[in-house]
Amino acid sequence: MSQLFSFRKVYGPAFVLAVVTACGLLSALLGDGIWDALSWMALAVPLAVIAWKYFAPNRSTSTKN
Amino acid sequence: MAHLNAKTVRNWYRLHKWSSLICTALLLMACITGLPLVFHDEFDALLQPHVAPAQVEAGATTASLDQMVAQAQARFPALHPFSIGWDDDEPRIFVNMSASDNPKDGEIRSLIFDAHTGTLLEAAKDSFDLMRFLLRLHMEIFLGLPGELTMGVMALTFVLSLVSGALVYGPFMWRLDFGTYRRNGPRRTRWFDLHNLLGIVTLTWALVVGATGVMNALSTPLFGLWRAQTLPKIMAPYHGKPVPTYFRSVDESVKQVGAALPQMEVSVVIFPNPIFSSPRHYLVWAKGKTPVTSRMFTPTLIDVETGAVTLSGGLPWYLRILELSRPLHFGDYGGLPLKILWGLFDVVLIIVLVSGLYLWLSKRKAPIEEELDRLVNMESSQGDFIESVIESGADAQ
Repeated sequence: MSQLFSFRKVYGPAFVLAVVTACGLLSALLGDGIWDALSWMALAVPLAVIAWKYFAPNRSTSTKN
Repeated sequence: MAHLNAKTVRNWYRLHKWSSLICTALLLMACITGLPLVFHDEFDALLQPHVAPAQVEAGATTASLDQMVAQAQARFPALHPFSIGWDDDEPRIFVNMSASDNPKDGEIRSLIFDAHTGTLLEAAKDSFDLMRFLLRLHMEIFLGLPGELTMGVMALTFVLSLVSGALVYGPFMWRLDFGTYRRNGPRRTRWFDLHNLLGIVTLTWALVVGATGVMNALSTPLFGLWRAQTLPKIMAPYHGKPVPTYFRSVDESVKQVGAALPQMEVSVVIFPNPIFSSPRHYLVWAKGKTPVTSRMFTPTLIDVETGAVTLSGGLPWYLRILELSRPLHFGDYGGLPLKILWGLFDVVLIIVLVSGLYLWLSKRKAPIEEELDRLVNMESSQGDFIESVIESGADAQ
């Protein structure tokens, strides 16, 4: 039995967040000042996504119906 | 579009479940002790106030290390100099004395000097050090090297659980918008969604902290490997010669390293020691001055009698990776805001662990495994297996 699903839809946002996080983790290693600030902004993105998804009212409770 | 069969998903799921179960308890401990450890500098300043060094103009000359060592020797005649350390943040120099070549916790007596004036600021207090206690729990559960290696295996299992978790994320969540949290769903659905949302969003951070945790746990064997590879060659010419009795000036030796490595600053000097350096050399560790190179240490071995430099240069690749793993594990390389973010990621990880444990513990009529087994056996049906998984995984209360 096989199942089809859109890889891009499921993992696309996760991939973007992975790239943003990786940039954030590396930039503070590369330099001080602006590089640190860049790192803080990048690493705040995944945490902001959590807050947004957790607190935002669901537009549709689920797309599975 | 991705093709998935139920058997593959079942295997990923099993890997995720078992790798998570193996590491959850110790990982939870590591996350909880890690949270205050991220802020260890701040806690140290708060819990262990110290005498501040004198304010000096930039470029002021530094005081003699030899005199500091002589003072320490006079104060602790039964001990011998073990190492000299430079404080990262303030112009303070630690002269560490010990009776043993391999001192255990509490066996080192330290005097702290002003790097510029050379005056004794204070003797390091021998009081209970909460941060040190937490660090030992975090990295070795008070078991020494076996504990370190156990934590390394736990970190490796954690990485496996993250990878397998990311792989089952797709088949379990594909029908929902990314990161959907069904706030109005039953309790188990909410925990299921929370686990998946927090897990997938912080995946990269968790992978980096997990993988660097594996590296840090290997620190002792990796340094041992390096010493085993380099020291026999260095010691060969000294074979049969008596143990040195004359110890040349530390100041001169440090100056020598400073001249040879102008882009670096000396960070630690280890006195002749058969375990941590060589019985015939000062081992001088110098580091760079930028955020990344200040984590990279370059060793120089200087003959204590002749002053001949017997080794100077880079470390093998595995120690470079180890050095880079430290900041990426502790999050202490981008100021206080980075530490706060690190702490928040850590809290998120704790919630992922607890919610995972809840999802496993909460009893259900149709466990996910049984559902997956049934679907693997259903060869012909094009029934919506993913939907069934979501039903069984999320909606059973």
